[in-house]
Amino acid sequence: MSSEPNHVVEFPGGYTRSVGPVIGRFLTELRDGRLVGVRTADGRVLVPPTEYDPETGEAVTGEFVEVGPAGTVTSWSWVPRPRPAHPLDRPFAWALIRPDGADTALLHALDLGEFEEGADPPRYLKAGLRVRPKWRAERTGGIGDIACFRPEVTMINAPTRLEYRLRGGRALDRFLAGIAEGRILGHRCPVCGQVIVPMKGLCPRDGVPTSEEVEVADTGTVTTFAVNNLPDPRAPDVPFVSAYVLLDGADLTMLALVAGIPADQVRIGMRVKAVWRPREEWGPTLDNIKWFEPLDEPDVLFERIKDYV
Amino acid sequence: MNRDIAVVAFAQTRHSAQDDGLTEVEMLAPVIGEIKERTGLTRFGFTCSGSCDYLAGTPFSFVSALDAVGAWPPISESHVEMDAAWALYEAWVRLRHGDVDTALVYGFGKGSQGALREIFTQQLDPYYLAPLGVDPVSLAALQARAYLDRAGVKEDDLRAVAARSRAAGRANPYALHLPDPDDEGYEVAPLRPSDIAPVADGAAAIVLAAGDTARELCERPAWISGVDHRAEAHAPGARDLTRSESTRIAARKAGADRVEVAELHARYSHEELILREALGLDESVSVNPSGGPLSADPVMATGLIRIGEAAARIHDGTATRALAHAASGPCLQQNLVCVLSGESDG
Repeated sequence: MSSEPNHVVEFPGGYTRSVGPVIGRFLTELRDGRLVGVRTADGRVLVPPTEYDPETGEAVTGEFVEVGPAGTVTSWSWVPRPRPAHPLDRPFAWALIRPDGADTALLHALDLGEFEEGADPPRYLKAGLRVRPKWRAERTGGIGDIACFRPEVTMINAPTRLEYRLRGGRALDRFLAGIAEGRILGHRCPVCGQVIVPMKGLCPRDGVPTSEEVEVADTGTVTTFAVNNLPDPRAPDVPFVSAYVLLDGADLTMLALVAGIPADQVRIGMRVKAVWRPREEWGPTLDNIKWFEPLDEPDVLFERIKDYV
Repeated sequence: MNRDIAVVAFAQTRHSAQDDGLTEVEMLAPVIGEIKERTGLTRFGFTCSGSCDYLAGTPFSFVSALDAVGAWPPISESHVEMDAAWALYEAWVRLRHGDVDTALVYGFGKGSQGALREIFTQQLDPYYLAPLGVDPVSLAALQARAYLDRAGVKEDDLRAVAARSRAAGRANPYALHLPDPDDEGYEVAPLRPSDIAPVADGAAAIVLAAGDTARELCERPAWISGVDHRAEAHAPGARDLTRSESTRIAARKAGADRVEVAELHARYSHEELILREALGLDESVSVNPSGGPLSADPVMATGLIRIGEAAARIHDGTATRALAHAASGPCLQQNLVCVLSGESDG
């Protein structure tokens, strides 16, 4: 029915109903911000109350019992696109909620917060979820005095931000100055002879200062890698590959992205070459290297790189 | 008085997914005409219909439908504001009295005229449910979720029911011809659009006859060997939504066993699974060979069509024992089971 209606059935001002003593008591308590159930002859507590036991048809006792207000979800459905008649205008759940102390469940809307229209149900929405009513400030004695239910608080979200001004240090500054010119620099250790890229001004193995500058190639060998399925704004589309690359002439591996090849075809021992961004975009940052791409060379035997893995 | 009563004729419209511009009477009249022609009857001992005034929003709209029957001189007539399967039940009871031998039963619904989900909200408990604006699809999804959790069934199993129903419906000239379910989002999770019966405009009619009259009117009458209906609590939070106890009891009372075909009034894919369990149907039973409500849901006629389709399997000799089921109310609240047999007990 897309066009405007040309026929309407309506009771102007609404349809007035008497509620009787059982439903009336429930609605009166609701107006006061309390949830009550009624006890049946066999001791069960019905919420919302009815005048009869739905199991036996017998009249209920006159005993009203305060229940909840917290309760447990026994089943739910998820509305990704609310309709105009629905109580919430953002995606929400309908839930059967058994208030603590009750033996039956109450149907109501369950608000789980902000969702985009069409969203799938959140994973934590399941039977067993603990919820509480959100009461309206102005209550009139109707089921709508509860605006909706909300999950109990199980988590908080605290602001976390600290600000720093970091310097790279002398060795890293020199390394990045090289990168800004398209060169990859390292230091050779005077004791063990290994080439450390990027240099630190120290050999972490021998604990001695290093100063002999060595330029290494922008080609290398993958020593190990990981396939990433969580998107990262700095990386290619998932699945993308991050790898340790042993640059030719270096003795330490470097963490880098590997692209230009399907993730499931990357392998240990694969030969790769740096893909540099256009020269006019270069700065003193490793971002100058976009990622590494495969070289058309035979793989390096594991035996030759095993000490770097 | 006990006597054998049979479905001797069944007719239905080619159900339509959109408003074809006909009034309810205009939609119904050809079906009544067809069934009169097929049986050669123009007058019936009893007439009973099922429809819902709220579909058109006009009071006593079922009265004008009598224009399609021809009610002068005055006929013995009744109406239920329910699916016409319950009109058939009333006609069956009426024929058991023994003083009339034939009954015309019909149901019709034009769901395209209004917003059905909002209309059926008004069918709910006016104190606790209707004011929330909860609609039948949302309630059905609550039942589906509860059933999936209890039975360990997956959404793919629901999809399989929808796919099988739609495939069967494409072979049924009266049903809507719907494509295989594809990747679609949730309508109300866990239900997707293909899990939900497509609203259609349509009508159906059945002629019941007793004893020898039935044998004269039909080469192979579909004898009603048992029919029963049961209701459960209205409040969805006061009963076990994962089982259909009322169906189970109705089936037992109706003597539902050894059936070869079952036409189930499952308006949502999970309902078929709940009903299969309640009815004890195994894989050997052909369920909804017509495509069922998931292939066309002309509300208020859909349940009667289940009886008509099951009877048609007896009429054409493809089955000797068939089961028809009709449902009413939210979350399979009320259920009717009718067992049809090619062989008369008496």
